[in-house]
Amino acid sequence: MIEYLLSGEFYQIMLFYVYSAILIGAALAVVTMRNSIYSALFLILCFFSAAALWMLLEAEFLALTLVLVYVGAVMVLFLFVIMMLDIKVKAKSGMSNYTKVGLLVALIMAIEMILLLGKKLVGVLPQDDLVKHAQGHSNVSEVATSLYMKYSLPFELASVVLLVAIIAAVLLTLRRRDDYKIVNPESQVHVKAKDRMRVVKMDAERGNNIGGEE
Amino acid sequence: MIWDQIWMIIWTLLKIVAIVLPLIIVVAYLTYAERRVIGFMQGRMGPNRVGLFGFKLWGLAQPFADTVKLLLKEIIFPANANKFLFLMAPVITLATAFAAWAVVPFSDGLVLADINAGLVYILAMTSLGVYGVIIAGWASNSKYALLGALRSAAQIVSYEISMGFALVGVLIAAGSLNLTTIVHGQAGGIGHWFFIPLLPLFVIYFISGVAETNRAPFDVAEGESEIVAGFHVEYSGAAFALFFLGEYANMIMISSLAAIMFLGGWYSPFSGDSWIAQPSILWFFMKTGFFLLLYLWFRATFPRYRYDQIMRLGWKVFIPICIVWIMVVAVMKVYHVGPWF
Repeated sequence: MIEYLLSGEFYQIMLFYVYSAILIGAALAVVTMRNSIYSALFLILCFFSAAALWMLLEAEFLALTLVLVYVGAVMVLFLFVIMMLDIKVKAKSGMSNYTKVGLLVALIMAIEMILLLGKKLVGVLPQDDLVKHAQGHSNVSEVATSLYMKYSLPFELASVVLLVAIIAAVLLTLRRRDDYKIVNPESQVHVKAKDRMRVVKMDAERGNNIGGEE
Repeated sequence: MIWDQIWMIIWTLLKIVAIVLPLIIVVAYLTYAERRVIGFMQGRMGPNRVGLFGFKLWGLAQPFADTVKLLLKEIIFPANANKFLFLMAPVITLATAFAAWAVVPFSDGLVLADINAGLVYILAMTSLGVYGVIIAGWASNSKYALLGALRSAAQIVSYEISMGFALVGVLIAAGSLNLTTIVHGQAGGIGHWFFIPLLPLFVIYFISGVAETNRAPFDVAEGESEIVAGFHVEYSGAAFALFFLGEYANMIMISSLAAIMFLGGWYSPFSGDSWIAQPSILWFFMKTGFFLLLYLWFRATFPRYRYDQIMRLGWKVFIPICIVWIMVVAVMKVYHVGPWF
């Protein structure tokens, strides 16, 4: 018994439950917090716990990429937008109609997913073995092999779709105002002193002997 | 068996202390060096009074006097500030700045965690530092602080891209994400270091690093002359000291990474078998020190960038150069050009 409690396996399982609990709790907090800044911060905690779970699956490259991309870049922009908007904290509590409809939709989706996946996954999931790789197993090359060799065409297609989405989003929001002021860096760099400044030659004024020394 | 595990935990903690404690001392003396070096560059003396036991010692005790002063000052909370987040922000800055040091190899085998995806880990950790700035700016309940936070967020997200691209070049050249392996790929004298084939990426990496750490001439997030002190305008005492510590720890981090990835880490610039050609941790410290001097030199030399110029430099200059040079590096790698590939 004590042997088991001290083993790495038990430790790993405990870590899994701790991180899962944090993940679910933070996810609930995201939707229940009234202050949207807190919601965004809890979403960051969600990503972190998910990354920790991926670490437990020995997918360290994916876990770090999750932190790098979602926490390091996407959520920064989220927070950026939330801080720019002037959001008032709502004092009212209780379930709104949206919440009821949302819960209903969530319930239906959960049932559907259980019906669809429940039967399939029972046979597929490993029953009691944790994922284990030999020491020195490279996660990065495994991801690269499947992404660039096995699924290179779908990968390229997905990136093209993303590119289209980026261009569409830019075009949809691009509005040019009439009184738009912009500086041209090239003309700024090539500006000479004589374009901006005029040196005037004039005779020195005669002093009116303020000091009174002479 | 249980004693083995406990011993391992204690040993790891000791190693962490062995990294963090010297780091804090280096940060303290970096602030001293900054004031002295910039002072000399501007024809001043800098702090040269505070010494020990009546000896002036060129002001060497100045950092300790500053630390004591900061720790003894009161932490003032602005009205309607979010107290929890206000206190968390400097902690986040400091924690992420220290966490990145876990994978930095100081010398061959002298590293806390020799992980495979070390480079991605460092990028992930340094990209988290921006949260300290953003949360500080928001929790202070101050217009200046919020402006500083927004500037910093936009700037860091922009420069992270060019920084990441510059590191992709290193990754292609070394064929690994492991920092120790990256250094091993540069063995054999100054001609084998990666800064020669990756020269544009090297320059872009360091400039992006300066922007990423919010240092002059990219310090618009602080911008004393425009927005008072930006994101940390409301901070005082120990909370301010933590921001200070985090910023300088990040500077040392960027410098040591530049040394590891482009200047061959702990390898000597000389080749051969003589004593001066031996790899040593001293080489690593010297290279890091060189980049730190560059940081101070920049601050003494350049005026602050205008905000739109910063964005232009990041997006329209650095990123295109990076993309082109990554292709060049890939071609060099395929054809095994020079001693590097």
